[in-house]
Amino acid sequence: MRNRSMLILTTAVTAGALTLTACGSRDDKDGAAKDGDTGNVTVTIGLDAPLTGELSALGLGIKNSADLAVKTANKKEYVKGVTFKLESLDDQAQPSAGQQNATKFVADKTVLGVVGPLNSGVAEAMQKVFDDAKLAQVSPANTNPALSQGVNWASGDKKRGYKSYFRTATTDAIQGPFAAQYVFNEAKKTKAFIIDDKKTYGAGLAGTFKGEFEKLGGKVLGTEHINPDTKDFSAVATKVKSSGADVVYYGGEYPAAGPLAKQIKEAGAKVVVVGGDALFSPEYVKLAGATAAEGDFATSVGAPIESLASAKDFLADYKTGGYKEAYEAYGGYSYDSTWAIIEAVKKVVDGNGGKLPDDARAKVVEAVQGVSFEGVSGKVSFDEFGDTTNKQLTVYKVEGGAFKPVKSGTFGG
Amino acid sequence: MNELPQQLVNGLLLGSMYGLVAVGYTMVYGIVQLINFAHGEIFMTGGFGALTVWLILPGGTTMWVALPLMIIGAVLVATTIAIGAERFAYRPLRGGPRLAPLITAIGLSLALQYAVWVWYPEAKSARTFPQIPGGSIELGPITIQTGDVFLLIAAPICMAFLAFFVMRTRTGRGMQATAQDPDTAKLMGVNTDRIIVIAFALGAAMAAVGAVAYGLKYGVVDYKMGFLLGLKAFTAAVLGGIGNIYGAMLGGVVLGVAETMATAYISHIPGMEQLGGQSWADVWAFVLLIVVLLARPQGLLGERVADRA
Repeated sequence: MRNRSMLILTTAVTAGALTLTACGSRDDKDGAAKDGDTGNVTVTIGLDAPLTGELSALGLGIKNSADLAVKTANKKEYVKGVTFKLESLDDQAQPSAGQQNATKFVADKTVLGVVGPLNSGVAEAMQKVFDDAKLAQVSPANTNPALSQGVNWASGDKKRGYKSYFRTATTDAIQGPFAAQYVFNEAKKTKAFIIDDKKTYGAGLAGTFKGEFEKLGGKVLGTEHINPDTKDFSAVATKVKSSGADVVYYGGEYPAAGPLAKQIKEAGAKVVVVGGDALFSPEYVKLAGATAAEGDFATSVGAPIESLASAKDFLADYKTGGYKEAYEAYGGYSYDSTWAIIEAVKKVVDGNGGKLPDDARAKVVEAVQGVSFEGVSGKVSFDEFGDTTNKQLTVYKVEGGAFKPVKSGTFGG
Repeated sequence: MNELPQQLVNGLLLGSMYGLVAVGYTMVYGIVQLINFAHGEIFMTGGFGALTVWLILPGGTTMWVALPLMIIGAVLVATTIAIGAERFAYRPLRGGPRLAPLITAIGLSLALQYAVWVWYPEAKSARTFPQIPGGSIELGPITIQTGDVFLLIAAPICMAFLAFFVMRTRTGRGMQATAQDPDTAKLMGVNTDRIIVIAFALGAAMAAVGAVAYGLKYGVVDYKMGFLLGLKAFTAAVLGGIGNIYGAMLGGVVLGVAETMATAYISHIPGMEQLGGQSWADVWAFVLLIVVLLARPQGLLGERVADRA
């Protein structure tokens, strides 16, 4: 009998623990379509980003910035008769979770546009779901060229796969070469060791860097692919050291890049680590350690928004909004992505006599293609592939334990 | 430059960490034939225990003072959770079907991971771990980090202590007796319930030391850190012969060195460029495991025993 009561107690404790971990309750959103009194229509803007897990710093910045855009639109009553609502789902940077979220958004008839995701690999899993439902998706952060230009983009055979996919971030087709030019021409590094994490984003970025670096006359002394789930990169670090490279280009994200850079520097390799926009986060410096990260570079899309006149209101509003987390690398783009959807909804509503048409989703997709407005990051509009027409990039360098902008420019190649 | 000595040291360090965790799997398996899949998470809670001690200590405390306290904190947290798990999750199921405790272990592993995820402040992403100050130490072609020095010293001491404890002390002999035949051991006056608790606690203490070493070496702890490492440590225990503590240590080192060598050299073999590198290291580690198990199903140091079921 004693054993039996023990068993019941254990079951209760375990069940309790599991219930608590699973308490991700969602708001009841049924019947949210109309507020009877005012005659206002509620339009939901979906948001998908990694809100938990290693990349949550970036994801929460995206969520907060989108939230700010929605609140601003509501406050200004930007679209007459329409109240916007943000519905955020967490994809944990997993393609499978992203696809499930996409299905949820499609099923919710009040959703007319989705902002996100952060990861190119997640976007791949979501695109078709959205395209089938003719639901507009605007990513503030995806940089893999294949998402908009098709898998054969590198050979010049560009083909847009999904009419509903847009992005406000510049692609790696520009970001990798831009980094290569800076590293070779301005930082005067000629011997590179290239590492990637084999993900859609990382491998794509490393590939474009390698192509341009070799074209410029740089030597690639070694390549390596790592498994970002482990933290022991000591064997790779030793390889980098003995290769004699003076620069390491890493295609991947900061959770692995931080410990990787730390171990490479500690192994005694005299290198700077260079990476793309997914390294451009204070978390990178934190994980690598301020001394190890000193002098490292990261490229990021656009110009630093702190330096832009167009971003002044955003920065002030973000502050007064009282958000707990920083807007991080994609804050401005997230605001612009959200605003692109808001702008499109406005156009659709205005064109239909102040009411939402029945095929609102398809109309919004068409309208997003045509938007053009002055956003936080500059002019926001989309080309024939759904890519942003704003091709600006910036190189950041770690100085005194923080990323500082060193060069902004557009890639002309 | 010849990188072989450095790569061997890298492998030895990684393997020592696997070994510290692997002894926990092997001791528990040796005594109750239970694969405690939550052991990786017990390792993880040890890491967070040490971090908590560091956060409680006033800022500016030197590592010489902080480190011993952090180790004590890690060991306390990990052993408490291990003893609790044994008492409330495994003991009620002892004597039940073999699969029941196994499923419980998997459930416990997830529960622990997400408990830390939910309740530990800022644990939703990786938390930085304090570092031992000072640069690296150069010994000829070998570079050793200050963080690694702790592992280099702690791992052999822990192993020696464990070997002494199991072979020489009364309790240790009680453990051996229980492993050989629990019923007879009980008849001879060994308190087998107590022995089982001690096995869980010792394993957890070793894992906690491993977790402190992990934090010092990689500079971060996160709620997922026990999953992959636990899996590798379990592999090391099987490789060395599960149930044998020397086997677990040897298995850990062999696995660590094998992974490092695979990362460093496979891609240099002509025609194998595509199959080398760190992302393939796990594949080669498991190829090694399969080869060893084909030749010696009982593992490197395991003894062939008749299945008790």
